Amino acid sequence: MKRLLKGGRVVDPANGRDGVFDVLVDGDRIARVGRDLHADGDVGVVEIPSGLVVCPGLIDMHVHLREPGQEHKETVATGTAAAVAGGFTAVACMPNTSPVNDNAGVTEYILKKAAEANLARVYPIGAVSRGQAGEQLAEIGELRQAGCVAITDDGRPVATAMLMRRALEYAGMFGMPVIEHCEEQTLKGDGVAHEGFHASALGLRGIPGQAESIMALRDIALAELTGGAVHVAHMSARQTLDAVRWGKSRGARVTCEVTPHHFVLTDEMLRAPIAYDTNVKMNPPLRDAADRDAMLAGIADGSVDVIATDHAPHHYDEKRVEFDHAPFGITGLETAVSLCFDRLVHAGVISLSRLVELLSVNPARVLHVAGGSLADGAPADISILAPDLAVTVSAARMRSKSRNTPFDGWQLRGGVAATIVGGRAVYVNEAVGLQM
Amino acid sequence: MKKDLLGIGDLTRDEIYLILDTAEAMREIGQRPIKKVPTLRGKTVVNLFYEPSTRTRTSFEIAEKRLSADTLNIAVAASSVLKGETLADTAMNIEAMAPDVIVIRHASSGACHLLSRICKSRVINAGDGMHEHPTQALLDAFTIREHKKRIDGLKVTIVGDLLHSRVLRSNVLLLTELGADVCVCGPSTLVPIGIERFGVRVSTNVDEAVRDADVIMMLRIQQERMHGAFFPSVREYFNTFGMTPARVARAKPDVIIMHPGPMNRGVEISSEVADGPYSVILEQVANGVSVRMAVLYLLAGGVEGD
Repeated sequence: MKRLLKGGRVVDPANGRDGVFDVLVDGDRIARVGRDLHADGDVGVVEIPSGLVVCPGLIDMHVHLREPGQEHKETVATGTAAAVAGGFTAVACMPNTSPVNDNAGVTEYILKKAAEANLARVYPIGAVSRGQAGEQLAEIGELRQAGCVAITDDGRPVATAMLMRRALEYAGMFGMPVIEHCEEQTLKGDGVAHEGFHASALGLRGIPGQAESIMALRDIALAELTGGAVHVAHMSARQTLDAVRWGKSRGARVTCEVTPHHFVLTDEMLRAPIAYDTNVKMNPPLRDAADRDAMLAGIADGSVDVIATDHAPHHYDEKRVEFDHAPFGITGLETAVSLCFDRLVHAGVISLSRLVELLSVNPARVLHVAGGSLADGAPADISILAPDLAVTVSAARMRSKSRNTPFDGWQLRGGVAATIVGGRAVYVNEAVGLQM
Repeated sequence: MKKDLLGIGDLTRDEIYLILDTAEAMREIGQRPIKKVPTLRGKTVVNLFYEPSTRTRTSFEIAEKRLSADTLNIAVAASSVLKGETLADTAMNIEAMAPDVIVIRHASSGACHLLSRICKSRVINAGDGMHEHPTQALLDAFTIREHKKRIDGLKVTIVGDLLHSRVLRSNVLLLTELGADVCVCGPSTLVPIGIERFGVRVSTNVDEAVRDADVIMMLRIQQERMHGAFFPSVREYFNTFGMTPARVARAKPDVIIMHPGPMNRGVEISSEVADGPYSVILEQVANGVSVRMAVLYLLAGGVEGD
């Protein structure tokens, strides 16, 4: 069956397009993109109102789907439902499940669940080390064969420089990047918030930005040593951004991502509107305004490659405890696009085309997966965005199984109209009312 | 006043003075042959202590009893915090029995804020982690005012483990609000990042910090909170920061020495100083009852529907 998306603003930086085009989808592939395409024969025509944006499917390369083992927080089904509602056609899921995704059996289980859910594409990310214990390498070749696209010990950094060296060398053989949760553990200590005035005033143990940058510097040096590709996950500190810029200037294979919460929020949120709100407890922590502004600058000047959410669902009961005892992390899949429009595009930080690079082109490039392009013959993974949609964030109405977001009730400009995966409309936002 | 007393930041300057003035009246009750008034008769106060405490718990309990409240003490062992019932569930259970006031002491900063969001009862913070201990700062201010007749313009030097101290945070907020010139002093490993933004001077030289002080307030070296190596040895700490008669001699002749207790003699303070003529440490303990009576009265003493 063919479908013609008619008249939207097509933003497809991989193919140098930004203008009004029609997109013809044939089955699960893009047949053609062009002006005034004609629908002949059995073609469903979808009129895209002017003002809406048609772009290659968004890819969130840092998501915790929690399955297997923590299905009370999220499942592959609920997580991918949240993804498509958030405009993402694909997600890459972190291996810190229970058991850890350090073997083909777990990878295959995740992919089976993803096929059953049949919503967003799921790219599993395998563990660097067995059990993420930081000792022995996981069977990375087998993980690759089973479908893993990268490796990481996310949630914890790769403990020793030697193991990281071996991981970069070994994964490099399979063309896989190593994604690093950069954190020098002894400097982090038992910190729960960014080390600064607000944590001091609230009596919370601090985590300095250097806990992150020190590890990033180590990994960049090791990327140079090995020729491997390292990707700095959820960058939060201005010192880390400087480290990444330094690495790039030297030609090291280093890329990085920033989450929406790190370019929108600061550690002031620890105090207000809700003092000690566990929904602003995440790792890395919300940092100060200078760090937040540095992240915006890095996004604007191209130093930042990817925006990823670090979607980290936790159950209400787990978060409704003392700040010290609450788990780190917030959800992100269903707020990312609105925050990006509101705080980046409408705020004049970046263009829409650059946003599509950050959310689609570059994650596909870093992970070496399909997508990020509306080329003829490419998979028909398409996000239709509504840049001017008035959105009120409602945690209660989210598809995710968890509600741990600090953005509940926020009013933002920009949202999602529809999400198409492999030619199928897997999400249509009633508030926009596209007839798919 | 607000519903709860979670920190000094909840109080305006006028409210601080109201508490101190009310405490003067409360002290008189403690001097009577029958140390009891019916002010809180029929009111229920729950003392919910997640950390061991002798002084603060006893002080609250005596204050409550002198005001004729019905008091109930719940001590939760620290070991059962993580595996037992959550604080939120405990709070909801206590709330179901409709107490008027919950006094909470907890090892985690912000635990009282969680309680306050769940409970309609009034919540008094008796110490939350490294955050605040507001009634301690109020009783300290009461004691200072008693001796110096004012707080505005006094030079107050606070010495010790600044990083882990809730007494420090409450005192800094209160004393700067009332116009004192506050200097905080401790080893650089135990100075909270950004503390100068509270409007205090920071020193790592105790001999300099105590010069011409009207008040020297010592903070306990909280060994149980020392997760890392903050200083090499107790011996070196005492030599570098311990309060000795020689150091006290650098302060004003009428200086007073304070300590919130419990003291580590020979660690942060020598016995000569702790037991010396300028020490007001036991007066602080006595004043604690009066100040807590004042807080309880002002929060819970209103007529129904007030």
